[in-house]
Amino acid sequence: MNWGWIPRNLGLVAELTVEHSWLALLPLLLGLLISVPLAWLATRTPLARSVLVTATGLLYTVPSLALIVMLPLLLGLQILDPLNLVVALTIYTVALLVRSIADALDAVPSVVVAAATAMGYTPLRRFVAVEMPLAIPVTVAGLRVAAVSNMSLVTVGAIVGLGGLGLLFTDGFQRDIPAEIITGIVVVLVLALIVDALLLVVGRLITPWARTGQAAGRQR
Amino acid sequence: MIEFRGVTKRFPDGTVAVDALDLTVADGCVTVFVGPSGCGKTTSLRMINRMIEPTGGTILIDGADIMAGDAARMRRGIGYVMQQAGLLPHRSILDNIATVPMLLGWSKARARARAAELMEIVGLAPETARRYPNQLSGGQQQRVGVARALAADPPILLMDEPFSAVDPVVRESLQDELLRLQAELGKTIVFVTHDIDEAVKLGDKVAVFRQGGHLAQYDEPGHLLARPADDFVDGFVGRDRGYRGLGFRSHRLPLGELTTTSLGSPAVGNGAWTLVVDDASRPQGWCARRDGADGTAVTAEHLVPGGTLYDVTSGSLRSALDAALSSPSGQGVAVAGAGRVVGSVSADDVLAALASARAEEAAA
Ligand SMILES: Nc1ncnc2c1ncn2[C@@H]1O[C@H](COP(=O)(O)OP(=O)(O)OP(=O)(O)O)[C@@H](O)[C@H]1O
Ligand SMILES: [Mg+2]
Repeated sequence: MNWGWIPRNLGLVAELTVEHSWLALLPLLLGLLISVPLAWLATRTPLARSVLVTATGLLYTVPSLALIVMLPLLLGLQILDPLNLVVALTIYTVALLVRSIADALDAVPSVVVAAATAMGYTPLRRFVAVEMPLAIPVTVAGLRVAAVSNMSLVTVGAIVGLGGLGLLFTDGFQRDIPAEIITGIVVVLVLALIVDALLLVVGRLITPWARTGQAAGRQR
Repeated sequence: MIEFRGVTKRFPDGTVAVDALDLTVADGCVTVFVGPSGCGKTTSLRMINRMIEPTGGTILIDGADIMAGDAARMRRGIGYVMQQAGLLPHRSILDNIATVPMLLGWSKARARARAAELMEIVGLAPETARRYPNQLSGGQQQRVGVARALAADPPILLMDEPFSAVDPVVRESLQDELLRLQAELGKTIVFVTHDIDEAVKLGDKVAVFRQGGHLAQYDEPGHLLARPADDFVDGFVGRDRGYRGLGFRSHRLPLGELTTTSLGSPAVGNGAWTLVVDDASRPQGWCARRDGADGTAVTAEHLVPGGTLYDVTSGSLRSALDAALSSPSGQGVAVAGAGRVVGSVSADDVLAALASARAEEAAA
């Protein structure tokens, strides 16, 4: 196998890694920002919930390639505009997150919500300061799934010539350089693992209360 | 003053939880809502701070309709304590207590200083300040709940079965502490419970609710026990209400002589029992005659635990009678000041005092 390809193309790999990372992570951030208000809406009424959860769930079933090919038509963008990929992955992130955040918000104990109301929180402030923080652990779990999913979905963009490490697959295949394909796979995998671990650590750091209580036992 | 004027709550499903309630809660007193499960106590309480909005009638606080103005702002001026403390799981104990001051826009430093002060007032150890609620026992969480409700010094405190989820011993100490706090603070407290004992212990006035949010009787606890308005209240107040009612009667009791000895001295006197006291003349237990009759010194092994004590400063006939009935010698131990023995009471004396109290009342 032509392992010599790797040292000769380190610069390219690094460049594509950076591109791949933001193509995967920007949609994660946008998806989170869109999902939180949608999930809030979903917890308002049972109707809103079933509509939103079903609709976003359906989005996830749209094949990724179809979405990436269709979006330029729908959005009026150039087929090679990376924005297409960002929009597509944002849609997938929303599809994954709305349901888990809505579930997490529903799981906030009603006594806690009642107590916060009784103390004089306005509904908006209560959502920001009480309900959303308590939904963090489940939200982070959803984000981890979405992050890993995005990392691998970015590579689909390579088929229509968009950037990211997927280009190593198409190029390696066309020019018959297995080392290039393997490099792509390994780097995507490592990136996914790193982002997953980062989310895990950050999630823990911002929810110190979730790791207490065992010492005191179950007291009611 | 909190006034309910013809207040009704009909839930969307048609349940009428409270029906045309008329009731006035006086300032600076503890008013207890008591009644069987589902009779509308929580609904009535939550209508005061608009967590539930009435479907009929009006509620006035100090003459102003509660429905005027902003609900969230109004709630910041009314303390609320609930059954499962309802602490914010993601905030430290200190920050939980500081919640309302922070909502009111106090600086973080000032809110936390106030919270620390409250922790001391309700008897929470300072080292719990940085813990999270799930690291505290149920009783401690309830104390935090009370501290949180008091943090912004609201004139009104609403408490919905705040002590019913803790064990009886902790409950009793929380009740005692509430009474102690209230003696200092003089808040207007509305307290919900389904426990009639708790109601008569804490209430300056007790409102007995029956199913459907109807007021069955609204009275001082002593009157409630002595003269239930109807069979429902009678049944709810319970069978031994006569005995418990003694707790609301106080009367001067003649104190009997009590011979005492101390550990290490021989039992003296000619009764069957001798009371053993410590250096400060506080009761230690009883010693039976046969154990000290031969002049040998009384030791700790001879001690039989005493009964409850009758505190002469309270003068409660109930505690006098209980002291007499629970004492192995039949002589109730009367104490004063720092638990110092001052004499004895007998059950006969209590009954005689009750008879003369009745005679005085009848004559008046
Ligand atoms: N949101 C609601 N929708 C419909 N009915 C309700 C609602 N909340 C309470 N009720 C009903 O109203 C009645 C009074 O309820 P409430 O909670 O005030 O009783 P309670 O006296 O506090 O009882 P408990 O001692 O069990 O706490 C009950 O029959 C209850 O089922
Ligand atoms: Mg209730």
